[in-house]
Amino acid sequence: MNIHEYQAKKLLASFGAPIAKGIPIFSKEEAKAAAEELGGPLWVVKSQIHAGGRGKGKFKELPEDAKGGVRLAFSMDEMQAHVDEMLGNTLVTKQTGPAGKQVNQLYIEDGADIERELYLSILVDRTTGRVAFVASTEGGMDIEAVAEETPEKIHTLPIDPDAGVTADDAEKICASLELDGVAKEDGMNLFPILYKAFVETDMALLEINPLIVMKDGRLRVLDAKVSFDNNAMFRHPDIAELRDLTEEDEKEIEASKYDLAYIALDGTIGCMVNGAGLAMSTMDIIKLYGEEPANFLDVGGGANAEKVTAAFKIITADPSVKGILVNIFGGIMRCDVIAEGVLTAVKEVGLQVPLVVRLEGTKVAEGKKLIEESGLNVIPADDLDDAAQKIVAAVKGA
Amino acid sequence: MSILIDKDTKVLVQGLTGKTGTFHTEQALAYYGTQMVGGTHPKKGGEKWTSGVDGSELPIFATVAEGKEQTGANASVIYVPPAGAAAAILEAIEAEVELIVCITEGVPVMDMVKVKRALEKSNSRLIGPNCPGVLTPEECKIGIMPGNIFQKGSVGIVSRSGTLTYEAVFQTTNAGLGQTTAVGIGGDPVKGTEFIDMLEMFLADDATESIIMIGEIGGSAEEEAAQFIMDEAKKGRSKPMAGFIAGLTAPPGRTMGHAGAVISGGKGGAEDKIAAMEAAGIKVSRSPAKIGETLLEVLKG
Repeated sequence: MNIHEYQAKKLLASFGAPIAKGIPIFSKEEAKAAAEELGGPLWVVKSQIHAGGRGKGKFKELPEDAKGGVRLAFSMDEMQAHVDEMLGNTLVTKQTGPAGKQVNQLYIEDGADIERELYLSILVDRTTGRVAFVASTEGGMDIEAVAEETPEKIHTLPIDPDAGVTADDAEKICASLELDGVAKEDGMNLFPILYKAFVETDMALLEINPLIVMKDGRLRVLDAKVSFDNNAMFRHPDIAELRDLTEEDEKEIEASKYDLAYIALDGTIGCMVNGAGLAMSTMDIIKLYGEEPANFLDVGGGANAEKVTAAFKIITADPSVKGILVNIFGGIMRCDVIAEGVLTAVKEVGLQVPLVVRLEGTKVAEGKKLIEESGLNVIPADDLDDAAQKIVAAVKGA
Repeated sequence: MSILIDKDTKVLVQGLTGKTGTFHTEQALAYYGTQMVGGTHPKKGGEKWTSGVDGSELPIFATVAEGKEQTGANASVIYVPPAGAAAAILEAIEAEVELIVCITEGVPVMDMVKVKRALEKSNSRLIGPNCPGVLTPEECKIGIMPGNIFQKGSVGIVSRSGTLTYEAVFQTTNAGLGQTTAVGIGGDPVKGTEFIDMLEMFLADDATESIIMIGEIGGSAEEEAAQFIMDEAKKGRSKPMAGFIAGLTAPPGRTMGHAGAVISGGKGGAEDKIAAMEAAGIKVSRSPAKIGETLLEVLKG
């Protein structure tokens, strides 16, 4: 789960991280009061969407030469003009895709005197199985490009979970960021704070790009991107409330209500599969036979007829779906349960497109029998290869 | 021969009394008499679990340590819900259970970071979490794999994905090769066992004549495994291998069901993994339906 920059900063501030004063606004009318409260003389107006590259992004509705999604304002009038241009419009960045994202919230922040821009992130390093800091002096730019061009400028430091961030660790991070004097003092305080925030709130990623050294030598978190481990949200109801549904695909929201892993894609063949690996492979094999998947959908191990029905409805609600492939290899999942769910769904929502069903594993004979005896126009398949060929042929023939 | 488990493995079930634990324990008992020796529940110690299939009973112990002492169990399987799964693993580590298999999906990553640290200091091996378990045909079934698709044979199978493990098993059975042991290591980013340890065991196991390795997008475990295979081959240790990587069509930045299946920062893509595996001499099938066929081709030379 992702949250907005202003929410991330508020959270980090609650752990004691240094951030600039800022106020989120949701309407143009709130801008003046917010700016007055901050005082100026320099304000930063930042689009709040769940995507990076905002500064270099372009608003769809504005002329090509208009400014991007993060703007400086040196006067109250300029600030208001930015707000009027940005709020409600659609920002397209490197990460949003061509459709862009509507800016429903802005964050107005005190400006800062920047001396240096650094990169700092915390993530879970799979190789060591530990939380790790990633630090680079090359802040404020695309870290993937830094990794590509100058990998020696990126330093990774895994943290022993038993010990936490030791003074020695903090020293190493300071060295990676080339901090000294007041900045180093700030860093020695800040790194354990960030680690604590990461661990205690079950973050999956905390990216501060940039972390800045100001003209007075102090450190400040200038931007913050935070995402959380969905599997841990059960123990953080306060954080779960920060979820912004306007940032998510409607079908994906509907799917999440039924605990289905669903991702909307651009193709024409809807898929319903059990198991993430098999669901991905089903997409892959559709592509291999020359068509594109309309979605990823893993009904999971513990699916019941209700879940399967919900999944089926979500797939058929997508107007670009020209055919459906159900691919189930039952382990936990029983084939008869899946068959029942599919049949219920077909009866309920009707079947406008070809449907190929491949069942294998636990209770496969019972599942196949249910489908055969249903009298519905379902195309059975013997194995995955057969299933993929049949659905692709059916869609191409249509 | 086989790896990890055989007919002598004695299994304790953590979370036996729940619906999932009960169903799969019944299935395991029905699979060539897998030695399920008891279960644990903190409040139901001293009670009995009764199979809904044939009325057979298993003792329930309050703790893993007690269950291990009373039954001589050397393995445990965990069907505890996500919030308590890490505590269950830690309890089994504490009780020095040799092999711990955690089926539970949805364990918080931070919990697994703690578990991983505890494992480093112990002699226990953890398989999973978020995995289908381990199965040695006609001897022992730990976890949720459907036993009927297996056949005793010569292929060692290791996979990050549950249902793709079944595909590989099914296809090698249909190809007449059968399996020595199939291990699902799980789809989470931080887990007890990675490919390399399993590949090492399969290389060392005499009955295993060939190996199938199934990976997916995210992380670099496949690349590390490929490097290991290459290094071992230089020492003269190698077995015919086929593989498959799921997620060639997965969009970057999206988590594909498994918490660990995500291409992030331009890393973890399927093409890189396939290239690394092929460089190590592993023949990678592009179709998930042709994993068995691909291995047959390798074996025929």
